Amino acid sequence: MNPAIELRRVRKSFGKTAVINGVDLAVARGERHAIIGPNGAGKSTLFNLITGRHRVSGGGIYLNGEPIADLKPFQINRKGLSRSFQVTNIFNNLSVFENVRCAALWSLGYKYSFWQRLEAAADARRRAAEVLEEIGLARRRDTPAGVLSYAEQRALEIGITIAGGADVILLDEPTSGMNRSETAATVALIRKVTVGKTLVIVEHDMSVVFDLADRVSVLVYGEVIASDAPAAIRANAKVQAAYLGTAKA
Amino acid sequence: MRSLNAPFFVQTLKFKPLNVERWLLWGGAAVVLVALPLVVHKGFALTLLSQMGIMVIFALSYNMLLGQGGMLSFGHAVYSGLGAYFAIHALNLIAKGALVFPVTLLPLVGGVFGALSGVIFGWVTTKKSGTTFAMISLGIGEMVAACSLMLPGFFGGEGGVTGNRQVGRPFLGISYGPEIQVYYLIAAWMFVSTAVMFALSQTPLGRIANAVRDNPERAEFIGYDTQVVRFLQLVLASFFAGASGALSAINFEIVTAENVGMLRSGGVLVATFIGGVGFFFGPILGAVIFTFFAVAISSATKAWLLYLGLFFIAMVMFAPGGVASLIVLNLRVAKAALFARLVPAYGAAIAASLIALGGFVAIIEMIYHLELEAMNDPVLKLFGLRLDVTAPAPWVGAVAVFVAGSALWWPAWRWLRRRWDEVQLRLGEGIA
Repeated sequence: MNPAIELRRVRKSFGKTAVINGVDLAVARGERHAIIGPNGAGKSTLFNLITGRHRVSGGGIYLNGEPIADLKPFQINRKGLSRSFQVTNIFNNLSVFENVRCAALWSLGYKYSFWQRLEAAADARRRAAEVLEEIGLARRRDTPAGVLSYAEQRALEIGITIAGGADVILLDEPTSGMNRSETAATVALIRKVTVGKTLVIVEHDMSVVFDLADRVSVLVYGEVIASDAPAAIRANAKVQAAYLGTAKA
Repeated sequence: MRSLNAPFFVQTLKFKPLNVERWLLWGGAAVVLVALPLVVHKGFALTLLSQMGIMVIFALSYNMLLGQGGMLSFGHAVYSGLGAYFAIHALNLIAKGALVFPVTLLPLVGGVFGALSGVIFGWVTTKKSGTTFAMISLGIGEMVAACSLMLPGFFGGEGGVTGNRQVGRPFLGISYGPEIQVYYLIAAWMFVSTAVMFALSQTPLGRIANAVRDNPERAEFIGYDTQVVRFLQLVLASFFAGASGALSAINFEIVTAENVGMLRSGGVLVATFIGGVGFFFGPILGAVIFTFFAVAISSATKAWLLYLGLFFIAMVMFAPGGVASLIVLNLRVAKAALFARLVPAYGAAIAASLIALGGFVAIIEMIYHLELEAMNDPVLKLFGLRLDVTAPAPWVGAVAVFVAGSALWWPAWRWLRRRWDEVQLRLGEGIA
């Protein structure tokens, strides 16, 4: 069976600066995969390449065996891959409910239709209500997204990402800027909403990574130096030297 | 699952009042449109109403771009103007007997050709959003305006294209000779267009257009090609722009280069903004106010554009949400029974504004009179006064009134602000 996501010799340069230098990576279906690495290692860039936000300079990216490196973000999304953003990226003037409903519309087949009423789309309404229940924002249903608290916006960010029912979920630092209890709640949420799905997560918080991930890849200076089970990564001397800091061992 | 626990009638109870409210609103609007000519039946007032109706459709269609889709267009008159040209050519074909088509449905012709030009030009403009979109729309506006002088065969050169709406035999007594019949034609089209545009805003495309307005990048990551969303929204908007153009062709029986010109593109922007882009009904108010300036005030004074410009600046500075947001905000205050706290401050601010405005208008009108009319008659009739603009006294008086009004206005405004913040604070507490 093909991996859910596969990167082969992926390279990316901005001008003369090479950011990603030939990354090979395979994420099996149903796996929870974390990508870690020091600041500036290229983690977010890698996400942007996989989701079509940036074009690769070389190499190939495959979603369930299908090449997607030349596709636009919306085409990749329609193939069942959805992502969240490190900096909250929501629809500020729309209500919480509308944010989630919009995110569910394409996958339910409503596309660009202007000949049917949105209110008549019972499945979209149901799906949005379901997601709001899951992310714990049902109470804030009619609040404009722009006035939510930071933690609520982060939860909505995840809600928008999962509402379309994508099989492959990419989360970019979902717990950044959160305190301990918020982080714990977010990890529980992520675990709940990605059951039976493939998850790739960029994360700085090591406790989150080792709690959540089946496998971990370590990205340093645009290269994957190790890709293994969490325990093996912890024990890996190369990783300790490059990333975790030798002193810690 | 949840609904099983709730009594079956809960949902019905929850939805019914909303629908009743909506029916009352639309029904009331229809009754007002039908009954208006019974109250206002003088020629001038009726023309004014007709022009307001045309502008309402135009401004609502513009807000499908600006308010709903986040597209700031500087060339919306292209679509209404081209719709108007095709409509007047169709009218002339009907008159020649080369085409059989009811005049009543002529706005459909304008709409279809408006939408077609939307397909052609929109394909280019909607490739980008934001500033780039605005710039390209400006370019296309200039281009079409230039074409209108280059291609006199279609655009009629400087004189434009004229027509006669009384073509064919009257159908059920409708000949479109009397102004009242044109009013009802415009009112009917306005009502239907408004209803359809409102319905469009409640469809999947309408909602996604809002999403693209708020955050085009994120919209791409939930499966939507933002270019297609903008394009469809623009084509739909240009249909209604074209329909409004056709109505103006029927109303004035002439279409000139002005119909596709920059002045009209700017006008619809100003009207929509004054009304308020954030609410569906905002542009309706804006269109009414704008037309009042452009038709009623312009017939009373040459300085109407100056007043309109100042009013526009005042709105942008003090009420960027437009008249609609002022109404909605005050309704919220009234609903919480706090409006009484604002009344004295409102009274003071309005009184001071009127005094300052009176002085200001007097100064402006005297300048105009001095420059243009004084050689014939130095006396200007204003506010029931006879002012000799060659004597110093009226000038001193006008300046004094203006200064006094402005001096009063400042504390009144600060008082109002203070009261307003107080009320908002209490509203906030009520919500929390």
